[in-house]
Amino acid sequence: MKKILQYLAPYLSLPGFCQWSHRWWPWTAGFCLLLWIAGLVQSLFLSPVDYQQGEAVRMMYVHVPAAIWSLSVYSIMGIASLASLIWRTKLMDVLAQASAPIGLSFTVIALATGSIWGKPMWGTWWVWDARLTSELILLFFYMGYIALQKAAEDHRQASRLSAILAVIGLLDVPIVHYSVRWWNTLHQTSSFENISRPQIAASMLWPLLMMMAAFGLYYVTLLFLSMRTQIVTQHADRLWVKRLVQEQRC
Amino acid sequence: MYRAFWKIVKRDLQLQKRRGADALTAVMFFVLACSLFPLALGPSPEDLAWVAGSIIWVALLLAVILSLDPLLRVDFEDGTLEQWLLSSYPLSLLLAARVLSHGIWVGIPLWCMATVVAVLLQLPDKAIGTLMLSLALGIPCLSLIGLMGVSLTLGLRQGGLLLALLLLPLYIPVLIFGAGAVNQSLEGLPIQGHLALLAALLLLAIPLAPWVAARSLRFSIQ
Repeated sequence: MKKILQYLAPYLSLPGFCQWSHRWWPWTAGFCLLLWIAGLVQSLFLSPVDYQQGEAVRMMYVHVPAAIWSLSVYSIMGIASLASLIWRTKLMDVLAQASAPIGLSFTVIALATGSIWGKPMWGTWWVWDARLTSELILLFFYMGYIALQKAAEDHRQASRLSAILAVIGLLDVPIVHYSVRWWNTLHQTSSFENISRPQIAASMLWPLLMMMAAFGLYYVTLLFLSMRTQIVTQHADRLWVKRLVQEQRC
Repeated sequence: MYRAFWKIVKRDLQLQKRRGADALTAVMFFVLACSLFPLALGPSPEDLAWVAGSIIWVALLLAVILSLDPLLRVDFEDGTLEQWLLSSYPLSLLLAARVLSHGIWVGIPLWCMATVVAVLLQLPDKAIGTLMLSLALGIPCLSLIGLMGVSLTLGLRQGGLLLALLLLPLYIPVLIFGAGAVNQSLEGLPIQGHLALLAALLLLAIPLAPWVAARSLRFSIQ
């Protein structure tokens, strides 16, 4: 463990991160773009039409990746916050803070595409279904996190407090998820379980997986860019920042 | 150590007694908020009976959030809290004492008033017992979770509004199980499941919330 950490330490320091993310981000961005184009062509034109939903099924290729990544980003945020509280690593702090707006936008995309998809399929924009409700509550968690982060004047204090909130959220999101599920199933049985959890054919699965990977790479690319911006603006007066910027290595 | 705990509880209660009406503000807000619903929904007793439990739970949630704002603020402003941080006693214990006294001077009046409001809102007798039980388990939960929120927002701009924004999502499980128990008993279904889950939440919050709050207070007071 110690050896692994020793090996990783240069990459996890702020100057180290600035340098390797500077080298890597064109690659993640390029792969993201490639996958995005391939996935969109596959999902919008080449993949088969659903026998029940018709063309509307194509909404899935945006909706499902956004929904999955919205939750994943929250978990990453929570784990990074926990790591930053335990080991006081600045990089994890920056990672958690930079993740929040991206995760928030994924959540908004998932909710918006979900209701646009729901209107023709279920005949309504919104249902108080367990999944929809927990996604909405996830949105509230993201908004609370960002609001807390913006409210503190000192950015060190802001990062500490919002890290604690993210960790509380990490514990609370599963509780909310299950409580919402039990709340809903106690009242009515879900009438669209087969739509929200379809048995998926391979011709639809591949474009979906490509889109998921594209969303993931998009997240990583944005993360690299916004983390580096944050690090450089927060440490603009440091010598290593000036040097890296002058040598165009960050 | 436990002497310090009880000393704080006693001191808080004495201060509240001298200040008098302060503790009642939240209770009055609760009664007022509840009495707005019949005005909006119409006075029909059958309609009210179905929603009474939910109304009481939601109004209670808001009343608790309002009452939380001064929980640590006075002590923060006059520097007592800094002495707590420096003292040799564990901060989480002192915070737990504060939550206990908050439970006594806000929780118990709210709990008693909820009975009266339930009768006013035509909640059937069989559900009133369940409401009382669920509130008895739920109000301490709300105070404990509230303590975490207060310690995060203390000393920030717009502390009060931010507090509500942070706490409402955290209160959702308590609301679901609490109001769920009342609705179950209205339909004549068993309520043990809901109450057991509420109790589980409470048991989770009792050790964790003061500890988390102590951690975050060290960051928010600098």
